[in-house]
Amino acid sequence: MNTILSITKREISGYFATPVAYVFIVIFLIMSGLFTFYMGGFYERGQADLTSFFEWHPWLYLFLIPAISMRLWAEERRNGTIELLMTLPISTSQAVIGKFIAAWLFTAISLMLTFPMWLTVNYLGEPDNGTIIASYLGSLLMAGGYLAIGSCISSLTKNQVIAFVVTIAVCFLFTVSGMPIVLNFFSSWTPQALLDTIASFSFISNFTDLTQGVIDIRNIIYFISLIMGALTLNVISINSKKGI
Amino acid sequence: MSVLIEVDQLTKSFGPFIAVDNISFSLKRGEVLGFLGPNGAGKTTTMRMITGFLSPTEGNIKVCGNDVSKYPLQIKEKIGYVPEGAPLYGEMTVLNFLKFIAEVRKIPKESVDSAIANAVKKLGLELVLYQQLETLSKGYKRRVGLSQAIIHDPDVLILDEPTDGLDPNQKHEVRKLIKEMASTKAIIISTHILEEVDAVCTRAMIIAKGKMVVDKSPKELLVGAPKGSNLDDVFRNLTIGNNKVKN
Repeated sequence: MNTILSITKREISGYFATPVAYVFIVIFLIMSGLFTFYMGGFYERGQADLTSFFEWHPWLYLFLIPAISMRLWAEERRNGTIELLMTLPISTSQAVIGKFIAAWLFTAISLMLTFPMWLTVNYLGEPDNGTIIASYLGSLLMAGGYLAIGSCISSLTKNQVIAFVVTIAVCFLFTVSGMPIVLNFFSSWTPQALLDTIASFSFISNFTDLTQGVIDIRNIIYFISLIMGALTLNVISINSKKGI
Repeated sequence: MSVLIEVDQLTKSFGPFIAVDNISFSLKRGEVLGFLGPNGAGKTTTMRMITGFLSPTEGNIKVCGNDVSKYPLQIKEKIGYVPEGAPLYGEMTVLNFLKFIAEVRKIPKESVDSAIANAVKKLGLELVLYQQLETLSKGYKRRVGLSQAIIHDPDVLILDEPTDGLDPNQKHEVRKLIKEMASTKAIIISTHILEEVDAVCTRAMIIAKGKMVVDKSPKELLVGAPKGSNLDDVFRNLTIGNNKVKN
């Protein structure tokens, strides 16, 4: 446990020792603001809620989270520090979890810094704060899903650009799998049960359920198991490179 | 003297390419083994297998009596390793880096400070403690790499070209350090520099194309060589395949 903590600490301080953290946070805040007010029509909606803020999160994460996750393992491999890390008395799963938690904490910090949005909506009206808390929780879980997939893909290559692009592509599939554009493609020739399964793998549908203020255990289990599954593959991928 | 490293019929292939071909040797406490060989001979691959970074295709490795593949974590605790090129986390300061290593190596809290102070003193890092690693010169980086390898006072030290990039004075210092530590540890050094073998090693092992060619003391290497030859000549003869030296 302490080992995981040491790795997390090292990673987090690594983010803030370089401009990565500040650039990411600033861009994240600017873009989430732009989406909320311009594309989401925060004022035009005339409702005191944060729907127009949260509904853009899947798309924001789709491009921003891979920028965080791409370096997790690819950079270690490129710099050769993976050899240092993996010859310390650390198990692969400790390293994977430690790094993942650091990245997740970092996105949690970014997400927390959107609090002026919450203050604004509370100043302007009387929003349902329970829904907002559930939405934040959903957003954080979804960010974890994107990150876990990204971390796993990052461990497959030493090229950060490849990690970035492939992560976006894979996450895109997870994001849109519940949308009509995908479901229509399958609907003509697949049974309804399979269609429901595909839809249930969607980030958007699982996230949207949570943003409606209903903390459904199924949505939470979906994200948690997705994270655990991706991280397990991550461990396997790193261990398998030992044998090559 | 106890045997700390046992390598038994070690083979590693990458696809059709055999990087390490059936190498066996053992190393006792107090011995310093110099790995010699041209680039691509399999020195680094062998070291990576002993440290558990790569797993062997065939063969066994025991460190301090334990099988590397069965007890990887226990063995990693006993080894200090400087990988090729001494990779470091560039954005960290020297002090934070050593603190991180001490934490992960589970050095008890009360002795962390003295362990770091000791490693810093041995490698002369006092002046750069608060500098970021990426801003350091090659020589300093190499010394930080060495300091992280000795911070936990390991039984086994594995150093992949530890003096590469150091100036002659620093080389001298590092060799002195290795000699000081030699009596209590088993040390493997890979190097291209033949004088280094003469200076610090009690055994020299020449590897070429993945195979062990010679395992002798540096002095024995010269026995039987034509008069006037030095280690350079012996090395060239053995690794190019034009074997003029009698084994």
